[in-house]
Amino acid sequence: MSGNVFQKRWAIFAFGFLTGVLLLVACASGAQPQGVNLGNTAGEAAEEVGIQPEEPAVQEPAQEPSEAPADAPTDAPAEAPAQQPTSGTSLLQEVQQRGVLRCGVNAALPGFGSIDADGNNVGFDVDFCRAIAAAIFGDADAVEYTALNADQRFPALQGGEVDVLIRNTTWSLTRDADLGVDFTVTTFYDGQGYIVRAGEFSSVEELDGGVVCVTSGTTTELNLADDFARRGLTYTANVFSETADAFGTFVEGACDAYTSDKSQLASLRSAEPNPDDYVILPDTISKEPLGPVVRANDSDWRDVVMWTVFAMIEAERLGVNQANVDEMLDSDNIDVQRLLGTGEDDLGALLGLPKDFGYQIISQVGNYADVYDRHLTPIGIEREGTLNAHWTEGGLMYAPAFR
Amino acid sequence: MGESKTARVPTPDQHAAVPFWRDVRVLRWLFQLAILVVVGALLYFLINNLVTNLARLGLNLSFTFLNRPAGFNISEGYQVLQYDHRTSRMWHAFAVGVLNTLRAAGVGIILATILGTIVGVARLSRNWLVSRVSLAYIEIMQNTPLLVQLFFWFTLVKALPRQRPGEILVLGDVTLGPLTIPPLAYFSQRAVALPGIEIHPSFRLWWPFLVVGLVVAAGLWLARVRMKERRGEPPTGQFWWAAGGFAAVLAVGWVLVPGAPVSLVLPGLEGETIAQYTGGWILSNTFQALLLGLVLYTAAFIAEVVRSGIQSVPYGQIEAATSLGLSRQQQLRLIVLPQAMRVIIPPLINQYLNLIKNSSLAIAVGYPDLFNISQTIGNQTGQNIQVIALVMATYLVISLIVSAIMNVANQRMQIVER
Repeated sequence: MSGNVFQKRWAIFAFGFLTGVLLLVACASGAQPQGVNLGNTAGEAAEEVGIQPEEPAVQEPAQEPSEAPADAPTDAPAEAPAQQPTSGTSLLQEVQQRGVLRCGVNAALPGFGSIDADGNNVGFDVDFCRAIAAAIFGDADAVEYTALNADQRFPALQGGEVDVLIRNTTWSLTRDADLGVDFTVTTFYDGQGYIVRAGEFSSVEELDGGVVCVTSGTTTELNLADDFARRGLTYTANVFSETADAFGTFVEGACDAYTSDKSQLASLRSAEPNPDDYVILPDTISKEPLGPVVRANDSDWRDVVMWTVFAMIEAERLGVNQANVDEMLDSDNIDVQRLLGTGEDDLGALLGLPKDFGYQIISQVGNYADVYDRHLTPIGIEREGTLNAHWTEGGLMYAPAFR
Repeated sequence: MGESKTARVPTPDQHAAVPFWRDVRVLRWLFQLAILVVVGALLYFLINNLVTNLARLGLNLSFTFLNRPAGFNISEGYQVLQYDHRTSRMWHAFAVGVLNTLRAAGVGIILATILGTIVGVARLSRNWLVSRVSLAYIEIMQNTPLLVQLFFWFTLVKALPRQRPGEILVLGDVTLGPLTIPPLAYFSQRAVALPGIEIHPSFRLWWPFLVVGLVVAAGLWLARVRMKERRGEPPTGQFWWAAGGFAAVLAVGWVLVPGAPVSLVLPGLEGETIAQYTGGWILSNTFQALLLGLVLYTAAFIAEVVRSGIQSVPYGQIEAATSLGLSRQQQLRLIVLPQAMRVIIPPLINQYLNLIKNSSLAIAVGYPDLFNISQTIGNQTGQNIQVIALVMATYLVISLIVSAIMNVANQRMQIVER
C-alpha cells in the first residue's frame, strides 16, 4: 500500500530531515561568499558599494541551490571566490556614500568629550572626529556622534555601529591584537594616577586597605590591581560601569580614592564645585597612549584616520593654524603646498580623499595645537614639557614624512 | 476484525486517487518541513555570517579566553571561592559572579516572600490604615522602574555617615550604670556591620551529631504522627518532638566535644583615616542597595499575588470555618492559606524568576554580580559574544532549576484527585 508510507511518521520525518540537511548543505556552499560585512547593517551597503569584479560570480552559486536542492551538496566551485569580496571593500567608500561619519565618543569627560549647553558634542577627541569628517567631506559637521561608555565602546566598534572610536581609549597589545580592532595614532599621551581628598592621603602607600573606585572595562582596572600588588598593598575595588557613578561615589566619600587617567582626573576635578578639595597624587602608574581606533584589517580606512591626525601635527610644525590657513594658501613653501593641496602633488587622491583635505582640516578644525589649546588648556592640562608637546619642543607629537 | 475498519478507511484505489499535494496528512508534514528548513537556513545564515565576519576581524568563537589570568579585583564574594586577582583565571572570576548573583537572589527571594506575604495579608486587613498603607506601598513600588529605585536606595545608603571612628553610626557601645553594652552594629556609607556567626575549625567534629540529630528528629516526627493516627487524633506536636530530639543530641555533643562549633562575633572598627571592620557580618553598600531594591520591588508583586490568592478562596469556606468555631488565626492557617497556596504558587514562581533576572541590574550600583563581572571579562578579553552567550546560559540554568523546584512544590500543593 503506497498510502501507508505516509502513516509512518518516522519515514516522513527522516525524509524531511534529509531534505533539510541537503538544502542546508547546498545553501552552505552558496552562502559562504555572501559573508556580509559586520559594518553594514543588512548587507545593502555592501551591494551599493559593490565594485569588485567578483560580485556577479558571488550571486550565481547563491541562487543555484534553490533550483537544484538535492543535487548540489558540497560543490567545490563556490569555495573559490569565498574570501575575496570582504577584503576589497573599504569602510572609506561606505562612509563616502553615506555622507556622514559615525564617531564613537565620550559624552561625560569635559575637555575630551562632553555635551555643551547647546547640546553639541565638544572636546579634544570630538575635534578629531570633526577633522576626519572635514578631510572626507569637506564638512566638519557631517558627523553622527554615538556616546559610549567604557563597556560599550569596543562592541560598538566591532559591530559597526561606529566607523571610528575616539574616546580616550588606551592602546595596549591585548586590545590591538585580540579585539578585532586596530589602533592608529596616539593623540594624547596619558598616564594613570589617583585622586584623593585633600588632607587625607599624600601617597599611594597610605591607601593600604582602602576602597578605590574605578570604572569597569578599562585598562585602569588592571593597572590598579598591578600597582597595589607591586607595592604589596591591599585594597577593595568598587567597580562601576559609568565614570560618573564611580567618581560620584568617591566624591560622596564611599571610596578613599578614584583612579583613572590623569587627564581624566584633571577634567573631573575641574568640574567639581571646589576643585581644591581634591588632590591628584604625583604617582603615574601606567602608560596610557590615547587615540582613534578603527576595525581591524581595513588599511585604507586606517590610513585616512591616521593621516588626518598627522596632517594636524604636521601643520603645527609648519606654522599653519586655523587663523592663518587662508594666507598660507599662497605660501611657496613646498611642504605647506603639499599639506594644503595647493601645489602639484595630489596626496589626497592617494588616500581616496579630496586634494584639499589638509586645508579643510586646518580651516575647519585647526592644527593639533589649536585643538589642544581649545579644550585641554582651559581645564588645566599643561602641554609644555610633557610627552604631548610637539617633537621640535621635546615631546612625542611627530608626523611621518608628508609627501 | 478488519471488516468494520475497512468500511471507513478508503480502499487503496480511492486513496491513490487523492494526489499527495492535496492529501492533508502530507501537506501537514510538508508545511512543518518548510518551516524547519526556513528556520534552519536562517540560523545557518546568521551563524555563518557571524563566524565569517569575526574571522575577518581576527576573532573566533572559542572559549579558551576563560583560562586567561583575570587580573581584576572583585569587591566581594572572592573569599568564599578563594579568588585572587593575581593568580586566578577568568572562569574563577565568573564563578564568583555566579555566587554573588545566587547570594543576592537567594536572600532576596526569602525576604521578598516574607515581606510580600505580610503586605498581602495587610492589604486585606479590616484596619483602614493598615490596608491603605500597604495599598500605597504596592502602588508606589509597582509603578516605578526598578532601576530608578536601585539608584534611589544606593543614594540613600551612601548618605549614611562616613566610615571613620567618631563619625560612624554605632548601635550599642553605651554604658548604662553597671551594664556595658558593646558595639552591636555599625552603619556607614560603605558598609553595614552586623553581629555575625563565626564557624570554628572544630565545626567538623559536629557533623556526626548534626546528622544523628536529624535522623533522630525525623524518627520522632514519624513516630509521633503514627501514634496520633493510631489513636485517630489529628497529628499535633510532632514538630516539638522532633525539635526536642534534635536539641537533645546536640546537648550530648556539647558535653562530648571540646570547644564551641560556632560563636557570635560582634563587629569592631579599626584604623583612623582608613577604618575597616573587624569581624561581624558585613553588608557592602552595593549589596544593601541591590537587596533593598529587589526585595521591596518584588514584595509588592508578591503581595498582590498573595492577596489575590486569599481572595480566591470562596467566602463560604470562611463562613463554614466560623461556624465550626475556628478562630480567625485558625481560619487563616487551616482553611484559607492551604487553599490559597494552590492559586499563589504558579504566579509566585514567576516573581521569583523575575527577581533573579532583575538582579542583573546590579551593574547599575556596582555590585559584582554575574552580569557585572561578565561585562568586565568581556571588555578585558574582547570576546563579547561568548561572554553574553555564557551569561544567558547561566541565567537560563538558574531560572530553570528554580522553576523545577517550584513546580515540584506546586504539584504537592495541588488537590490530589482520586
